Amino acid sequence: MSAVATTVLAPTKDLLRFLTCGSVDDGKSTLIGRLLFDSHNLLDDQLALLVDDSRRHGTRGAEMDYALLLDGLAAEREQGITIDVAYRFFATARRKFIVADTPGHEQYTRNMVTGASTADLAILLVDARKGLLPQTRRHSHIVALLGIREVVLAVNKMDLVDYSSAVFARIADEYREFAARIGIEHSTCIPVSAAHGDNLIEPSSQMPWYQGASLLRHLETVPIPDRASTQPMRFPVQWVNRPNADFRGYAGTLVSGQLRPGDRVRVLPSGRESVVARIVTAAGDLEQAAAGQAITLTLRDELDISRGDVIAAAAQPPMIGNQFEATLIWMNEAPLLRGRSYLMKIGCRTVQATVAPLKYRIDVNTLEHQPTDLLALNDIGVAELSLDQDIAFAPYAESRELGGFILIDRISQQTVGAGLLHFALRRSDNVHWQAIDIGKPAHARQKQQKPCVLWFTGLSGAGKSTIANLVEKQLHAIGRHTYLLDGDNVRHGLNKDLGFTEADRVENIRRVAEVAKLMVDAGLIVLTAFISPFRSERGMARALFAADEFIEVFIDTPLSTAENRDVKGLYQKARRGQLKNFTGVDSPYEAPLRPELLIDTASQSAEQSATRIVEYLRAHGRLWT
Amino acid sequence: MTAVSPLTALDRLEAESIHILREVVAECARPVMLYSIGKDSAVMLRLAQKAFFPAPPPFPLLHVDTTFKFKAMYALRDQMAAELGMQLLVHQNPEALARGINPFTHGSAVHTDLWKTEGLKQALSQYGFDAAFGGARRDEEKSRAKERVFSFRNAAQRWDPKQQRPELWNLYNSRSLPGESIRVFPLSNWTELDIWQYIEREQIPVVPLYFAALRPVVERDGALILVDDERLPLLPGEVPMMRKVRFRTLGCYPLTGAIESDADSLAAIVAEMQRSKTSEREGRLIDHDAAASMERKKQAGYF
Repeated sequence: MSAVATTVLAPTKDLLRFLTCGSVDDGKSTLIGRLLFDSHNLLDDQLALLVDDSRRHGTRGAEMDYALLLDGLAAEREQGITIDVAYRFFATARRKFIVADTPGHEQYTRNMVTGASTADLAILLVDARKGLLPQTRRHSHIVALLGIREVVLAVNKMDLVDYSSAVFARIADEYREFAARIGIEHSTCIPVSAAHGDNLIEPSSQMPWYQGASLLRHLETVPIPDRASTQPMRFPVQWVNRPNADFRGYAGTLVSGQLRPGDRVRVLPSGRESVVARIVTAAGDLEQAAAGQAITLTLRDELDISRGDVIAAAAQPPMIGNQFEATLIWMNEAPLLRGRSYLMKIGCRTVQATVAPLKYRIDVNTLEHQPTDLLALNDIGVAELSLDQDIAFAPYAESRELGGFILIDRISQQTVGAGLLHFALRRSDNVHWQAIDIGKPAHARQKQQKPCVLWFTGLSGAGKSTIANLVEKQLHAIGRHTYLLDGDNVRHGLNKDLGFTEADRVENIRRVAEVAKLMVDAGLIVLTAFISPFRSERGMARALFAADEFIEVFIDTPLSTAENRDVKGLYQKARRGQLKNFTGVDSPYEAPLRPELLIDTASQSAEQSATRIVEYLRAHGRLWT
Repeated sequence: MTAVSPLTALDRLEAESIHILREVVAECARPVMLYSIGKDSAVMLRLAQKAFFPAPPPFPLLHVDTTFKFKAMYALRDQMAAELGMQLLVHQNPEALARGINPFTHGSAVHTDLWKTEGLKQALSQYGFDAAFGGARRDEEKSRAKERVFSFRNAAQRWDPKQQRPELWNLYNSRSLPGESIRVFPLSNWTELDIWQYIEREQIPVVPLYFAALRPVVERDGALILVDDERLPLLPGEVPMMRKVRFRTLGCYPLTGAIESDADSLAAIVAEMQRSKTSEREGRLIDHDAAASMERKKQAGYF
């Protein structure tokens, strides 16, 4: 044991960064304090100060209050809580460690996120008497989102449940099931008593039934993931180094892969290519650079490259895009609002990002997706982002550096959110438009009509399909070229991979809108009959078309009427709880604010409604060229 | 492809610090590097040379002088300024100078407040710096352990520890409101041992007082105070004695205690560090003024 402190440290030993998290009063700071003390990483004067502090501020009576080693702010000591993340450094014979001790209060979740963002492993504490709490799940979720794949569940205060193996097994089983659902690959459960040191350094004699490693042994031996070195070369340009006219170097950190002079590279988003000439350092040029190194490189060709561009392996360049789906963790008292624009810092680039639409927030307890218009402090949700320019990116799951970003409020300059990119919504920059000679005007002329889309929206059972079907029959009868895209039919083919979660419903509408756009290009009058409950998705669809091509038809039927009809028995199922996210029952319907056509089915029959719609088309010159 | 040797913990710290230095230069209008001549400043300066090579570091150095530094520190400062070709600004608080503030008659708290805290604030606003690098490390002290790498100060240079910005990954938000400034700590994640291992690896010149030698000292309140020159008034009955001592930390000579040591080389210092049972702050008298004193000093604008 005493060997731990006096072992000569080789500077080559590796480094594990981890955090402690979990609900308030589960003993995070105590655990770290005790770990430092028992592993002889506390120095004499720190110990003397701790004894003194425990007497004056301690919450443990005559005993040492190890939390005071970490709760370094006056406000924390006064209140006996952790407000902000504390970083501690210690080493054993095998490894160096940087610990981020993070606060448990929900109010300070952003400080927990700060500590988690740079960690390779998380120690999640639970109080054996209380089991998993909402905050345990919230922190697990954040840990999983941030890509930490190694989680230790430290079931603490085992001394207060008589070191019961049954209590431990119940909590561990429940946690493993939850961890698997949120994508945590490895979870290791260890029963401990931070206050008494059980299973921290040495196996506890109080719990002979536990056969696994002590906490410190686990931390010393768990493999440290090194994904960066095996991935393709990525080098975000941080600073252009131009000391004189003869030297133009690009300074930055090689975030993944390897680099050698002579390597062919592509610069993004411009797409221009060149070859690495030199890797320049103060100690002479390098033969090669490894992921994680901060370097300066020069290229053979004079290219226009500035801060924020990404230099990448030419054979395996990253994607570029300007519209993304992303997970957001909101960290500000002022909520995130759909449609608001923020500054987004990703890699070395800062761009403008607009959030539209906000797809859903995640209930951290049930993992359910809930439709929402805003994200409040500490909410986690999924949104679409539109940027004002292209960026090179990677999904966060592949690259923290190319997929992680922060959002900055343009007025307060505060960091208000963190985000993780999933994928680009339109890879328009990889797929170039093919110039086609026969365009929309030619198609339309041949059909002697002005193509458009009639976008029917309304509750399930409102009469959308019925009326759309009648409209199409009338148009067909007068020789117009039409196509009806119906919700149920599309889901049998094109969209049969989609379910009814919020995300899937949004994707369903996006695909329908894109198909409708192609059909309008082909010169057709397109009718779509989908509930399409959200203004944002309808707005997204509208944005694909010219102003006079998109005709929003609101089939306005009261919920009670639609529910009484219940042609497909869906309302009944939803009321019984067998259908989730059913519009009108447990998911909102956002009525159009300014539809081109409002059809009141209470005052007119389906036939009358259809005739009125055809009249509208005629009056607006859509039926003949 | 041949395998590239994995980065050591020290390599990773170096890369992280260089990233931070470059980020400030890329995003801030008028950065400055606080240069206190100690071991941490020496490492920070070397990292800056590496970060911007072959260009010189594109910011000046600022030494907030108290006039009570060790002679050997002034010597190294002037030598480094001449060798590096960087602009060195030296600021002495004119008010402290006029009033002859010193630790002997005014006490360490007043001395530190006027020369260091006030002096720093004067210099930062006088030159209009919007970002200042400091060599502080999180392992030094408990309130430092809570501080962000990019740490914001309001127009009055105050730190509000309860309103720190979230700081994720290596994405630093350097945007500030008018009047706000940033203190940036590139060495946040280094330990004292890391510093010495890096000084040894890079052969960085440091003040000779870090190495053990026979020196004249007097013992005051349990601390060994170096009789650096005739500026130190001897108390009645005090006779300087020759002891083999060195310093773990360097500040104002009347306020910095030496330790008895035989470590007269970098290798010996590193070995001593690994055996040490006390923290380096023990030798700093100003940190003992009151519990939570560092947090209070920092809130008032101390680095």
